[in-house]
Amino acid sequence: MAVRRVRFTFPEDLIKEPVIYLLGKQFQVITNVRMADVDEHTGWVVLELEGDGTEIDKGIAWAQSRGVRVDPVTGDVVEG
Amino acid sequence: MTAASSLRCRECQREYPLTATHVCEFCFGPVEVAYDYDKIRRNVTRASIQAGPASLWRYHDFLPVDRDAAIDIGAGFTPLIRAKNLGKALGLNNLYIKNDTVNPTWSFKDRVVAVASSRARELGFQKLACASTGNLANSVSAHAAAAGMEAVVFIPHDLEVGKVLGSSIYGPTLVKVQGNYDAVNRLCAELAGSYPWAFVNVNVRPYYSEGSKTLGFEVAEQLGWRAPDHCVVPIASGSLYVKIRKGLDELAKVGLIDEPKTRMSGAQATGCSPVALAWEEGSMNFRPQRPNTIAKSLAIGNPADGYYSLVQLKETNGACGNVSDDEIVAGMKLLAETEGIFGETAGGVTVASVKQLAERGHIHPDELTVAFITGAGFKTVEAVAPHLKPALEIDATIESFEAAYNAARPVEVAV
Repeated sequence: MAVRRVRFTFPEDLIKEPVIYLLGKQFQVITNVRMADVDEHTGWVVLELEGDGTEIDKGIAWAQSRGVRVDPVTGDVVEG
Repeated sequence: MTAASSLRCRECQREYPLTATHVCEFCFGPVEVAYDYDKIRRNVTRASIQAGPASLWRYHDFLPVDRDAAIDIGAGFTPLIRAKNLGKALGLNNLYIKNDTVNPTWSFKDRVVAVASSRARELGFQKLACASTGNLANSVSAHAAAAGMEAVVFIPHDLEVGKVLGSSIYGPTLVKVQGNYDAVNRLCAELAGSYPWAFVNVNVRPYYSEGSKTLGFEVAEQLGWRAPDHCVVPIASGSLYVKIRKGLDELAKVGLIDEPKTRMSGAQATGCSPVALAWEEGSMNFRPQRPNTIAKSLAIGNPADGYYSLVQLKETNGACGNVSDDEIVAGMKLLAETEGIFGETAGGVTVASVKQLAERGHIHPDELTVAFITGAGFKTVEAVAPHLKPALEIDATIESFEAAYNAARPVEVAV
C-alpha cells in the first residue's frame, strides 16, 4: 500500500462536481481530506490518498484529465 | 545550546520534536521552529551580537543550531547600501539596497543552506540534496563540500552551462532530469519522501527557512538597531518574504529594537505571479501557475508560503509588484548603472517592482525603504546580454580608437 499527500486545486467550473467522491468510487483509492478552502470561484483541498501505487497514479491522472491541478502538498520542490 | 524548543504547526499549533519533519501529521500544515524567547533575551545583547563573526552566525542565538555545529563558509552580513542614485531615479529619498549578491555562492540561498546543512549534520544526515534551477544547487554543493558531506543535486536537463558549472565545481553528484517542470517537480517530491537524505527545502525545510530571518536581523542592525519603514522583497516560495518580517519581530520580542511597523511589499514577475495576482484580486487563495519568465530563480508556480505571503501583504499594508520580462531587464540595467551592483533577474524584478510601486503611490518618497537584491547577475547573463551596448572594435591605432569613440558617444551640444 502506498500513501500520497497531494493538493488538489479546482477551477471554477469544477467546484460543484463531487470529484473526490468519484475518485474514491472509480479507483481503489481511500481519500482522506485534511485541509480545504473552497468558495464559489476556486478552491483547494489537501488530502491523503492511500492504495496501490498504480491505482493512485491512475486516479490522479483521471483527476487531472477532469481539470484538477494536482501538486505535492509541500508546494513546488524545485527552487531557483 | 540553541533556544529552539520545538517544531510547531502553523495551522493547528500542534508541537513536534526538532527532527526532520516539515508537515504536520494531523492537518498537513507546514511546521516551523518555535523558540524560548526568554532564553534568547537572557543571552543576547546588541554588544554580544556585534562581537560575533561577520557572518549570519553572529545571530546564532536566534537559529535552530548549536553554534559549535555551524557550517560557516561566510554566508551573510552583506552590505546595506544607501542607494542615493537609484533613489533619485525612482523619486525615493530614503532608499537602501541590501546587497546579497556577495554571498559565498553569490545568492541569499547561502543563508538558508547554511542553517539547513548545519542542522542536517546535527541530526546525523550524511547527504544533502535538493532540486534546483541554479542558486540553491550552487549553495548546497558548496556547503556539502565544506562540511565533508555528500551532495546529490537534481537539475532540469536543459539548464544553462553556467548554472550547471556553478554547482559541479564543488563536486556533487549532479542528476539531470528529463521532462517538463511539473514532471521534475513531481519526481523530486517523491524522491524526497523515499530517500533518507536531507533535502534542504523539503524534509529539513523548517530549519532552512529560518536562515532567511538573518536578512531582517542584519538590516535592523545595519540601520542602527531600528526596523525599516518598508521592505520590498522578491517572492518565489514566499519563505524569504515572510521570514524577513519574522526576523524583525523577533528582535523586538527580545527587546533589541522597537516594535516594527514595517510595511512588507513583494515583487513578482508577470510570468510567474500567483501571489501578485491574488493580491490584485483581493483574494487569499492564489491559483498555481506554470512559470514562464526570465526570472527563473523566482519561477515557483505553486509557492509553499503563498498563502502566508498574502496574509502578510494584508497585515502589513504591503503591495505586490508584478513586472514584465522587459521591465526586469530594465531593472537590472538601472541597478547596475546607478549603484554599480549587477544583480540577477530576481534583482531586476525587485528594482522594477520598487519603480512600479513608487509610481503607483504604494511607496512614500520619504519612507526608509529597503530593496533586497538576492543574487548576482553573472548567474543570468543570458537574460541581459542581448540588451547591452556592444563593445567598440578597433584597430591598434589612435585614429581607429578616436573614430570609433567619437562615433559612439552622444553628441555634445555647445551652449
